[in-house]
Amino acid sequence: MALIETEKISKVYTLGGGLAALDGVSLKIEQGEFVAIMGPSGSGKSTFMNLVGCLDSPSTGRYLLESVDVGDLSRDELAGIRNEKIGFVFQGFNLLSRTSALENVELPMLYSNVPATERKHRALAGLKAMGLEGWERHHPNQLSGGQQQRVAIARALVNNPSLILADEPTGNLDTKTGSEIMALFVRLNREKGLTIVLVTHESDIAAMSRRIIKFLDGRIVSDEPVRQP
Amino acid sequence: MISIPSTLKISLRALRVNKMRSSLTMLGIIIGVSAVITMLAVGTGASAKITEQISTMGSNLIIIVPGSTTSGGARLGGGSQSTLSRDDAEAIKNECPAVAEVAPILNGAAQVVYGNQNWSTGIYGTTPGILEVRDWPLASGRPFTDQDVRSATKVCLLGQTVVDNLFGGMDPLGQIVRIKKVPFTVVGVLARKGQSLVGQDQDDTIYIPVTTAQNKIFGRSIPGMVRSIMVKARSKEDLDAAERQITELLRQRHRVGPNQEDDFTVRNLTQMMQVAEQSTMIMTLLLGAIASVSMLVGGIGIMNIMLVSVTERTREIGIRMAVGARSWDIRLQFIIEALTLSLIGGMVGIAIGIAGSKILSVAADWPTVVSPLSIFFAFGFSAFIGIFFGFYPAYKASLLNPIEALRYE
Repeated sequence: MALIETEKISKVYTLGGGLAALDGVSLKIEQGEFVAIMGPSGSGKSTFMNLVGCLDSPSTGRYLLESVDVGDLSRDELAGIRNEKIGFVFQGFNLLSRTSALENVELPMLYSNVPATERKHRALAGLKAMGLEGWERHHPNQLSGGQQQRVAIARALVNNPSLILADEPTGNLDTKTGSEIMALFVRLNREKGLTIVLVTHESDIAAMSRRIIKFLDGRIVSDEPVRQP
Repeated sequence: MISIPSTLKISLRALRVNKMRSSLTMLGIIIGVSAVITMLAVGTGASAKITEQISTMGSNLIIIVPGSTTSGGARLGGGSQSTLSRDDAEAIKNECPAVAEVAPILNGAAQVVYGNQNWSTGIYGTTPGILEVRDWPLASGRPFTDQDVRSATKVCLLGQTVVDNLFGGMDPLGQIVRIKKVPFTVVGVLARKGQSLVGQDQDDTIYIPVTTAQNKIFGRSIPGMVRSIMVKARSKEDLDAAERQITELLRQRHRVGPNQEDDFTVRNLTQMMQVAEQSTMIMTLLLGAIASVSMLVGGIGIMNIMLVSVTERTREIGIRMAVGARSWDIRLQFIIEALTLSLIGGMVGIAIGIAGSKILSVAADWPTVVSPLSIFFAFGFSAFIGIFFGFYPAYKASLLNPIEALRYE
């Protein structure tokens, strides 16, 4: 059973002159894979990520997440799936400002009715696992970029999702911090078997994954496993 | 679904971030609520004052005055005819079951002298029943009796104003005062009653037996006739019945034909009271309505700020949606934020309104009554405004597209 299975999904934006941003993409991603998605801007990779992340619904085609067809779900049902099954990591971190690291990590649990004490307990544990012990009370503007991204990863992991979607997670970081974050993803994938789909346009970042899919003009142009050194 | 305490925490934090903006927005509601509370307090106070003044006249009171008379085609107006007699008063008391007590009145103004002091005041010739009719207790001494009336004794009861002006601190009981040069013994002093509805000093009064008034003071009046008759009905419910019975009895006694007008007028004090109450109520409602407009303006202020807030926090909304906030979670967050603004504003407004009413009643010497109902109304109205004016911005926020919201700079 594939974790992600798309059958000829397309996304057409009527505002963009009816151009298909995504044109009949069929793809399977299994549980425990680490996939890097590459492609120039406008290639459809962001649209693909939005669909896979249940932030948007395909115009045509089917998308099965854990064998559940999410194409026909309502906004609120999609929100529920995002909450339970998907963790997002963004290029710009997207943490709530003026809110402590701890509360940022607690955020997804606010929307899944986790009791306050358990919420705090899990968030503290999550931050500790990211090596952020002692930084719980700090606000995002008091943290370095790498620390902020680790808070974001802790937030993505806190509801034990089946899938992590990372949209250029190293884009706003220097090379050293970027590779630290990537090492973190590799470790999460190897040790915990977490499925990770990551968008990047840096080939050395993509090389740390196990499978690289390249997009161009809304289609997949190559899909190859990474040769492990 | 997000829990209410968590939402409340988020809302309070958001309001704290923009302290100045939040307090200015609240100010709109504060001004509105305190205006409503104060205006209603002023109106209710006025109405309570009027009711109190009317009730000092005596409760369940009916006043009968003679009708108008026509002399050579010119109508002379109410009370110009002498149609009411002491016997009428006696008959009303004996024959009307809804009537509790009756007092005929023969009154006029006269000069009163005590020692080297003099004072002009209203002299009322009446019967002992007047004290019950007007709910007027004595401060000291005794009332005059039916015996005093029968034998036209020269005794009198003094109102407080008369006592103050003639005796200036001395005890008037047993002293002799001269009314129109006729010596009267003071047997009792009336309790203080204060101003009447029309601002007349009710304590500027002397009560004497009606027969004495007829014989010694107002000698020119027709024997046995009185200027008016005051009647106390048994209860508020009996007022209409009493009025009917009196009219019927007097028409019969005065031999008024079936097609003729009454030669007397029966006035019911409760009707006056109802009219007065109605007019103050209209005033209260009017004041309240004007003040409510400012509350409405405050509500629009809340909506305005909430709309700005939703736009400013588009990215935050996007993040919340990405991690799983449903439409209702977002909506609840903004509604609670608006509600918090309006309720805190409402509570501060209620406090200021109560304080303002107190200050007004002391400074402007205007009685104010803050009724629990007006507090309840103001609180409920501000809650309603928070929900009503918070809903649209909250709804707008919940409809945002998460992808676009996340990209919003």
